[in-house]
Amino acid sequence: MPKNEHSYKKALLSGLQEDRESGMKELHAQYKQKARRITAAVGTTQFTILLLFLALWEAAGRQKWIDPLLFSYPTKIVNQLWNSMADGSIWPHIGMTVSETIIGFILGTLVGTGLAALLWWFPFLSRVLDPYLVVLNSMPKVALGPLFIVSLGPGFNSIVAVTLSITVIITTINIYNRFIEIEAGYIKVVRLFGASRAQLFRLVILPASFPVIISALKVNVGLAWIGVIVGEFLVAKLGLGYLMIYGFQVFNFTLVLSTLIVIAVVATIMYQLVAILERKLTSGWRER
Amino acid sequence: MAGEDNRLELKDVSHVYVNEKGASLAVEKLNLTVRRGEFVSLVGPSGCGKTTILSMLAGLMPPTGGQVLLAGAPVLGPSRLVGYMLQQDFLFPWRTIRDNAAIGLEINGGKNAAALKEVDRLLTELGLPGSGSKYPHELSGGMRQRVALARMLATNPEVMLLDEPFSALDLHIKLQLEDLVDETLKRLGKTAVLVTHDLAEAAAMSDRVIVLAANPGRIVKELVIPDEIRKATPMEARKLPGFQDVFDQLWAELNRAEGGGGHA
Ligand SMILES: Nc1ncnc2c1ncn2[C@@H]1O[C@H](COP(=O)(O)OP(=O)(O)OP(=O)(O)O)[C@@H](O)[C@H]1O
Ligand SMILES: [Mg+2]
Repeated sequence: MPKNEHSYKKALLSGLQEDRESGMKELHAQYKQKARRITAAVGTTQFTILLLFLALWEAAGRQKWIDPLLFSYPTKIVNQLWNSMADGSIWPHIGMTVSETIIGFILGTLVGTGLAALLWWFPFLSRVLDPYLVVLNSMPKVALGPLFIVSLGPGFNSIVAVTLSITVIITTINIYNRFIEIEAGYIKVVRLFGASRAQLFRLVILPASFPVIISALKVNVGLAWIGVIVGEFLVAKLGLGYLMIYGFQVFNFTLVLSTLIVIAVVATIMYQLVAILERKLTSGWRER
Repeated sequence: MAGEDNRLELKDVSHVYVNEKGASLAVEKLNLTVRRGEFVSLVGPSGCGKTTILSMLAGLMPPTGGQVLLAGAPVLGPSRLVGYMLQQDFLFPWRTIRDNAAIGLEINGGKNAAALKEVDRLLTELGLPGSGSKYPHELSGGMRQRVALARMLATNPEVMLLDEPFSALDLHIKLQLEDLVDETLKRLGKTAVLVTHDLAEAAAMSDRVIVLAANPGRIVKELVIPDEIRKATPMEARKLPGFQDVFDQLWAELNRAEGGGGHA
């Protein structure tokens, strides 16, 4: 190592172009090597923590340091997962929850964007609705759940309604705020060409807000999961939320925890897919 | 008919801005005529109503009093006859250069293959060959302002309103663009009204310079530029012997307009 240091210092001091270049290359290589070492160390530590946690949990469950009936342990959970996948019983639940979530976040984003467009088109309406939106937004919307069940009946519709109640208001507010903060100069450009209000919306307002709409879509994935799981807690006969509640009721905590893991995995996959979609869609759209 | 040759006319035009804070008189009793093919500059202290005048000429807002005429007819809203260039380019970052330049055509329903070819030709003419499919962020400030010029020219307006289109640029690029705009407008026989803070720019580019005073905005002096300076390109004009004299006159008028305060 000291010999190394000596060599590139000498190279930089020699003043020759080639020496300087090779000296700088060496520095870069050292820098990259160090960064790689740190990345590897982080990965190893992360993996070790997970492994230790699982091992400790397994031991605690088997040795009855914790009540295995309540907290289960990893191998039992893996077994449960494996069986439910092998006999196919888990798939309808996953399918149901995933479709409710997808419908929820797509519909939530679309309806929110539509409402924002309406508010933009009718400024009077936006003044009128402003206080209502503020109140609705600060309210814990899942509390509306029972209302939806009563009016839409227990099942798919009221679950999607719970999801929409969570996503729509905040989406509307965020996208509307983007609509009205678009720089006046851009609007002037198209107005000077005699653009109608519809053309202004289509050519300027909507495309300028595209990144905000896409990021709302991403946020809504998370919110939709909350809505769907809570909705399923309340009414469902099918779905991962239902499976968890059922596990509670029959005191099968292995089922509860294994379902939780499925939810975590599926939600992460969905979020990553939407993040990829976001990158694809916004790659043509460039910031100044 | 005498009116035929008058492209733009302001007749006793006043404008009052009204908002919560109150009403303020931006310009009062303006009378101005711009003939076909003429290049007129407006200079004056900040807040004397230059942008207000251009906005009324462009049909963005009606005058509170008086009449604004375009080719003899009252201006009721934005017109295809009028093009406008802003201080900043305001190119849409999500549109390619070609699509940015063609946005006026798209709005007017004139965007077709032939028109797009014409846009490409225009871009080449303005020194941007082959950049039609690039995005605005890939271009320098001067190149982007050229695209804004192409965007204005693409709809083939007769009258150009230029609101300090060069003021955000480096001197070197500014001089280049002045020549380009001057040459392009002269060749196409366009009528132009230029707002600028730069007296040398006004003197070098215009046929006539209008000096305005503020509070309320009004015309205090009209200076006709001598023929030889007028005929030269802006860059050459600056080197002519008579140029300094014109500049000095403008300078004196502007100082008087700024120092004078209310009505003399
Ligand atoms: N939207 C507005 N509401 C109220 N007052 C305004 C508005 N726009 C301009 N004014 C006022 O009208 C007067 C003229 O403004 P204007 O923008 O036309 O001036 P200007 O000559 O273009 O100034 P500058 O050289 O700084 O661009 C100013 O006193 C300004 O404060
Ligand atoms: Mg101005």
